[in-house]
Amino acid sequence: MKLIVAIIRPEQLSDVLEALFHAEVRGLTISRVQGHGGEIEHVENYRGTTVKMALAEKVRIEIAVSNHFVDTTVNTILAAARTGEVGDGKILVFPIEKVYRIRTGEQDQDAVTPVIAPSR
Amino acid sequence: MNNADIAWLLVSTALVLLMTPALGFFYGGMVRSKNALNTMMMSFAALGPVAVVWALVGYSLAFAPGGPAVGSLAHAGLRGVGLNAHGTIPHLLFMAYQGTFAILTAALISGAVVERLRFSAYLAFIMIWVVAVYAPVAHWVWGGGFLTTLGALDFAGGTVVHVNAAAAAFVAAIVVGPRKDYGRHAMLPHNVPFTLLGAGLLWFGWFGFNAGSALAANTTAVLAFVNTLLAPAAALATWTVLDLAREGRVTAVGAATAIVVGLVAVTPAAGFVGPVAALALGGLAAVPSYFALIYRARTTLDDSLDVVAAHGLGGATGAVLTGVFADPTWSGGASGLLTGHAWQVVIQLISVLLVAAYSAAATFGILKVLALMMPIRISSRVEGVGLDVTEHGEEAYTGGDGAILVSPRDSTYAGRLVDSVAVSNGGGL
Repeated sequence: MKLIVAIIRPEQLSDVLEALFHAEVRGLTISRVQGHGGEIEHVENYRGTTVKMALAEKVRIEIAVSNHFVDTTVNTILAAARTGEVGDGKILVFPIEKVYRIRTGEQDQDAVTPVIAPSR
Repeated sequence: MNNADIAWLLVSTALVLLMTPALGFFYGGMVRSKNALNTMMMSFAALGPVAVVWALVGYSLAFAPGGPAVGSLAHAGLRGVGLNAHGTIPHLLFMAYQGTFAILTAALISGAVVERLRFSAYLAFIMIWVVAVYAPVAHWVWGGGFLTTLGALDFAGGTVVHVNAAAAAFVAAIVVGPRKDYGRHAMLPHNVPFTLLGAGLLWFGWFGFNAGSALAANTTAVLAFVNTLLAPAAALATWTVLDLAREGRVTAVGAATAIVVGLVAVTPAAGFVGPVAALALGGLAAVPSYFALIYRARTTLDDSLDVVAAHGLGGATGAVLTGVFADPTWSGGASGLLTGHAWQVVIQLISVLLVAAYSAAATFGILKVLALMMPIRISSRVEGVGLDVTEHGEEAYTGGDGAILVSPRDSTYAGRLVDSVAVSNGGGL
């Protein structure tokens, strides 16, 4: 099992989510973060104050997947998040020691296999 | 001159002026947060350039004595517009009051092209549009032009303001093209409370718009005022029932929209119909706009904030229903279908179609000529980042984290316009 952490542009988020759902990657968590990755800073002006924004808005996606899903997930994100400009972000892949599903107590492989909730 | 009339028109002018910032909030709440400032600025910006152009030439083309199609330049540069009487109020006050209408009408168009139009192109467009489209159309209906002669009823601008702006919005949405995510991703309102605040302030300001159009503190103003209360109330009630019937839930964005539709619909009728007719008019007018909104979202027409469905259809329905409900026992003036003058409905329809046709054609011409001189649309990269940062160098919502002060003497950053660089490089940031 691996934890895939992707830092992407917020404006690419919809494209990435759409691509991940098409690739049948179901369970993920996102958070809004700020970071710096070498891109050109925006310069903003507020009355007499000129500032460069050293931190850019990014979105962090965290996805725990079983091993055979790693390549699919990474390739999907690479394709959907890329614009070709500096600042497209990073994908990090970590090994996972243990996974538990809280609802059932299932562990590891069972816990990262998505279950589709019955629709009401 | 009459001091009561002057007092009421002074207040009304301020009320109508407030409608443009209110429209900024109404529209600004409905876009994504990265475009909040740009959208609100499209309304606020009209307060400056459009008002200047209006004072210099627009007013004269609309209201100076002229031919059936357009006024003249007799009042250009406010020549001859002084404290002398114009009816029972000073001429200068009449000019200012009409100016607030021109500002609002130009700002209304922005709803069709938010989140993608270059701001400089927008500024150029609204200044030209007010002179080339708004001023002549105002002349046709109110300035002694051919629709005045024909007998078209437009109390406060259902056709001049709303149908006119909506026809321009329709064409602008097509010429500028849809947003890159339109139809692919959901684009949700980022601040519905802003939209409700905007709708509330629009209603407040609209009392000046409609009741002020009596141009006097008299019983006609009272009738228009009360109708401006009742018609949106009926539209909101109808909308609530439709929402409940279709989805089982009453939506806030729907309520804000219903209020605006009701206000738009009663605008041409305000001083011509009785209060019960205003209730019927508001309730009826909600229906076509309600379904047009639902239908439009399934088409390729990215009229982003539904100017056509709310203002175009609402204004046209209101104009035609004015021809149905116009009642001389209330207004002391024109009759409508229900009081035995069926031809009035046809006159109303003709005036709506003529205004819409002229506005659409002229808007198409203006935008096409502008497109030859400057890029009118931002690049798709910039569209992704949002127009607040790229077009204005500001953000609506920022915690200020990571903002590093740039010294005015730092030649690397001082005066650097990241947005214009980005646009010329095809949006590379």
